[in-house]
Amino acid sequence: MNLVASVCFIFLSVGSIFTLIRLVVGPSLADRVMAADLLLTFLVMGIAVQAARTGDGLYLAVMVVVALVGFLGTSIVARLIERRGA
Amino acid sequence: MLTVASSVLLLLGTFLAMLAGIGVMRLHDVFARLHAATKPSSLGILLVCSGAALTVVEVTAITQLIAVVFLQFFTAPVGAHLVGRAAYASGLLGSRTIIDEGEEIRKGTEGFGPN
Repeated sequence: MNLVASVCFIFLSVGSIFTLIRLVVGPSLADRVMAADLLLTFLVMGIAVQAARTGDGLYLAVMVVVALVGFLGTSIVARLIERRGA
Repeated sequence: MLTVASSVLLLLGTFLAMLAGIGVMRLHDVFARLHAATKPSSLGILLVCSGAALTVVEVTAITQLIAVVFLQFFTAPVGAHLVGRAAYASGLLGSRTIIDEGEEIRKGTEGFGPN
């Protein structure tokens, strides 16, 4: 399980680096919002992989909170883009 | 046996996440990037949470994992749709788009949206 978790973390890290590049260079605000949302998704996945690696669900409550707050932030910034333009 | 199934699910979900990262990096348009970015936020979360739920055998942990999957399945498409609509309303359509079905709507009514 440790090896599998390490490979999973490598996958998540590679995806996060690419998403972070898009977050920095992304030409419009919509690109950045989308990249930040994807990074939060990667965080949720990482918490789940960590729970599977250690075998205890101590941090799973954090996962629920991150999922909710991510949706809140995305929808609020999307409304901001509609009002103000990208 | 359970460990093997859990490992396969975890690897599939995180591999999908890596593919989404590559797609977000390489594709040419906001909408193409959204197309790549919204796959792991529903299917990938489902796979990874199923893999974790097969390993962590506590009632509270499995309940929280199911709650996350339900929340993501309801909120992730809505959030992606909001971002896509905002991007379309502010004219971020790339030059490689072939069919633009909302062109009349965009030119006819000023400031479509909830404002």
